[in-house]
Amino acid sequence: MTPAPLHLAGERLMLDPAGVVAWPAQRTLVVSDLHLEKGSHFAARGFFVPPYDTRETLAKLALAVRRYAPARLVLLGDSFHDAGGCQRMAPADCAALGRLLAGVAEVVWVLGNHDPVAPVGLPGIATEALTDGPLTFRHEADPRAAGELSGHFHPKATLPTRAGPVSRPCFATDGRRVILPAFGAYTGGLDMRDPALGGLFPRGGRVFLLGADRLFSVPLAPMRRRAESTA
Amino acid sequence: MGTLPEPFAGWFAARGWTPRPHQLALWRAARAGESALLIAPTGGGKTLAGFLPTLLDLHASPREGLHTLYVSPLKALAVDIARNLMDPVEQMGLPVRIETRTGDTPQNRRARQRESPPQILLTTPESLAVLLSSPDSPELFGGLRAVVVDEAHAMAGTKRGDQLCLLMARLDALAPGLRRVGLSATVAHPDALRAWLSPTARAEDVRLVLGRGGAEPVMDLLLPKGHLPWGGHMGIASAPGVLARIADAAVTIVFVNTRAQAELIFAALWRLNEGNLPIGLHHGSLQIEQRRKVEAAMSAGRLRAVVATASLDLGIDWGAVDQVIQVGAPKGVARLLQRIGRANHRMDEPSRAVLVPANRFEVIECVASTEAVRAHELDGEPPRPGGLDVLAQHLLAMACQAPFRPDDLYAEVTRAGAYATLSRRDFDDVLRFVEDGGYALRAYERFRRLFRDAEGLVHVCDLKVARQARMNLGTIVDTPMLKVRLRGGPVLGEVEEWFASTLEPGHCFIFAGQTLRYEGIDALTMVVTRGGEGEPRVPAYAGSRMPLSTNLSLRVRSILADPRRWRALPEPVRDWLRLQQRRSELPQRDGMLIEVFPRAGRWFLVAYCFEGRLAHQTLGMLVTKRMERMGYGPMGYLGTDYVLATWSAFEPTDPERLFEEDILGEELEEWIAESSMLRRTFRNIATIAGLIEKNHPGAEKSGRQMSMNSDLIYDVLRRHEPDHILLRATRAEAATGLTDVGRIATLLARVRGAIRIRRLDRVSPLAVPALIEEGREWVAGGAEDALLAEAAALVDDATGGAEHFADVLSEVTEGLRVRSGVVDRPRRQDRKRRPPLRRFVRSARLPGGDAAP
Repeated sequence: MTPAPLHLAGERLMLDPAGVVAWPAQRTLVVSDLHLEKGSHFAARGFFVPPYDTRETLAKLALAVRRYAPARLVLLGDSFHDAGGCQRMAPADCAALGRLLAGVAEVVWVLGNHDPVAPVGLPGIATEALTDGPLTFRHEADPRAAGELSGHFHPKATLPTRAGPVSRPCFATDGRRVILPAFGAYTGGLDMRDPALGGLFPRGGRVFLLGADRLFSVPLAPMRRRAESTA
Repeated sequence: MGTLPEPFAGWFAARGWTPRPHQLALWRAARAGESALLIAPTGGGKTLAGFLPTLLDLHASPREGLHTLYVSPLKALAVDIARNLMDPVEQMGLPVRIETRTGDTPQNRRARQRESPPQILLTTPESLAVLLSSPDSPELFGGLRAVVVDEAHAMAGTKRGDQLCLLMARLDALAPGLRRVGLSATVAHPDALRAWLSPTARAEDVRLVLGRGGAEPVMDLLLPKGHLPWGGHMGIASAPGVLARIADAAVTIVFVNTRAQAELIFAALWRLNEGNLPIGLHHGSLQIEQRRKVEAAMSAGRLRAVVATASLDLGIDWGAVDQVIQVGAPKGVARLLQRIGRANHRMDEPSRAVLVPANRFEVIECVASTEAVRAHELDGEPPRPGGLDVLAQHLLAMACQAPFRPDDLYAEVTRAGAYATLSRRDFDDVLRFVEDGGYALRAYERFRRLFRDAEGLVHVCDLKVARQARMNLGTIVDTPMLKVRLRGGPVLGEVEEWFASTLEPGHCFIFAGQTLRYEGIDALTMVVTRGGEGEPRVPAYAGSRMPLSTNLSLRVRSILADPRRWRALPEPVRDWLRLQQRRSELPQRDGMLIEVFPRAGRWFLVAYCFEGRLAHQTLGMLVTKRMERMGYGPMGYLGTDYVLATWSAFEPTDPERLFEEDILGEELEEWIAESSMLRRTFRNIATIAGLIEKNHPGAEKSGRQMSMNSDLIYDVLRRHEPDHILLRATRAEAATGLTDVGRIATLLARVRGAIRIRRLDRVSPLAVPALIEEGREWVAGGAEDALLAEAAALVDDATGGAEHFADVLSEVTEGLRVRSGVVDRPRRQDRKRRPPLRRFVRSARLPGGDAAP
């Protein structure tokens, strides 16, 4: 696992191929869009997708926490797929999450659109946005903000290779903000070319595609005007 | 019993017809209460034969209520048959109402059909599934006497066929004594088809009726003038010859193998079409209205020719077609016969067919297929066992109809031909999957869709479940498509989403017979304008090319191996083979030839396997994995219909080791983990089984309805429950489906101990077509990450870190971008003369005044 350094508002961050960001100066680990219990959310609607997503996501997060041993864990929202997710967790998964959080001194639940209220019975504080020094952590990017880390969009990018296009979740940045990829096992992605996402990088930037043990960095073109809708 | 009663006898006589023997034979079977399979070439009055017993019965004893159900694979066919059947019914004044029921039937007519059903209902498997999931279906079908399955050969062995088979088993339970009638084109395995159709899954319970064969078809070969191409599959070089043949005949269907090829041939014909012959275009991605327009123009005699793909293999009879031209090798004898049969539906006159090979290898294949047609040797595999995903859908639908006992339903299901060998374990696992997902971790019990009552009956939990089940009925899974719409104009059709993802605004491509400029994507529609500059691309569609059939493969090998049979081949091809004899040797009929030679700093290995493109692509991944293990440093591979070629950094010193049967062990398992083809197979299975939501075309997705990416599910499931029923279903399907693992196994067993190795100092004549083939696979094995690294590095090199991405990157990688079998580019000779296509299309006016499609 080789993380890539990135400077944002004068702070040195490490983008990790696992899809997390470390801020070594403040011993902070940032992760976004876990969407825990997305599987059971679908099951409740009659689509019985495998019930192993929560444990898979937590196991992966536990690895990242072990590697960086942060004093503070910032979850950038949509940590649970829906407000009832926390209550639906299987006892074993609940215990795993408890162990994971117990190893971190400070847990910050930034609230997202999927989980607009603080999780019940879990340690940590809940907030709409966290500001620490020059950096701000929130769920959905504010187009005017600078020095901001956010999630929400589940960015992914497609790179043409000689065996055809390859799509991967990615970090996206332009020196003013970083948008994190979604971390959850069942989280899909939104292509960088989508106006909702690309529009946040009007002057272009860089994307970092997640690989098995490194990132693949390519420049991001400025967003072009999309086709007008037809009459 | 050889004569029909009045008014039937009179009706036949008035037309100067006599009932054909097979029509009477089906009547006899019906009077004996037996099911029957009629195998006859097109044009034999097959459809009337299927319905005659019904009409006779209803004439003898008129009654209300549904009497006969007709199931066709095509909506259009159902509608057409209904129309044709009206004539005799009206002319004889029979007390029979005939109606259709398809996805297009309006709501009010559906309701009316329930209240007062017609005697004859024509429908599709999907609409029948919806009807049978309803609790009142026992009433509707209780008096049913017959099911007529049209184009049975095209349904058996497909998922739609699986579904139909299960539905017929249920109809049997609702209406005991029901007769089944199958109508089929000539097939290689009539007994397997009888078993598929049979109410008991036993072939002997279905009477076989053979229609008299028509006149032998007249076939000839059309080669391009001048040079015979070494490679390529499009056959553009033969366009002048094809146009001349069109001009000579009254009405022609020009069949091609892919939609991309259809676009290119259509464009090439119009470029040459100085006489403005009305020529149309027909393929499965064109807007349905466009296709109907072409079909109507065709049957009204307003077109001289239509360029078509498999979209016209089945369907409506056009009596007027007098010539079929097949451009590109036909790949299968049964398909070729089916296509030839589209010409001349009058039995007593021969059908005329012209085969147009696109390259010299295809010449051999065309000669082989001509011989096979003359020898009446058909190909095609017997129908495979039914899919477990279809079963899952069916079990839920049956629970929606009425509570069931698992034992009874198991017995019913195994009476369906496609599920005769279904094990109880698989049945129970599928049922558990339908209940709550069937996972070892029983996390979803509280969300279950089914419950068992105290008497062991299985019920569906609530109406919501039933509603959802009905929404997801049907076994046709569409690849994600984007509609193509002219700015401010109509929708032209659709292309696969991934094709759109390779375009940048300003790129142009050929679609629906025009050159279009990509403007952008608006919601779920690709917006285009007419015209555009630069080399146009051609949208290709995954999995649209059919691989070479096993029988044809054997015939091609036999011709190659036996110089005495080369007499049937044109001179340039014979020269080419003689050169191969001198430089290397010819592949034997039953063994396998492997050539190894250096070229441009790499080592090439060419294996003459002849097992079809799908099998070779899968084999290529397995072989290169082993090459990696043996230290040969594989760099890439390519599978054509005839050969597998690999290239590597080091000399493959022990090629036999690469083709040992144990390659289907470890290497296969490893490959399964990352194969995109298995992911696609899983996606289809997960959708049909109801694990993920079906895409409803046209329905806009809101965030809430967004269905989950099946790749994510596949990865999680493989890690946590590799033996889950849906993964078992995926592996079973991989053996025959997109990956053709089954054929690889046969090949490896066949060539064991019979591999001949030739070490050459340069490429052999026979290997050339493969090496200039377009579309190569880069080597697998952690491939994606390596590809990304390479692409990212290329961008850096090219841009020196400049922050401009998309354009530069596509320029840098353009020459490298390759996808086997998926991307077909226009052939080079096109490049020289390219007046804008638009002009031809504009001038393509049908006599009736409609613009050409």
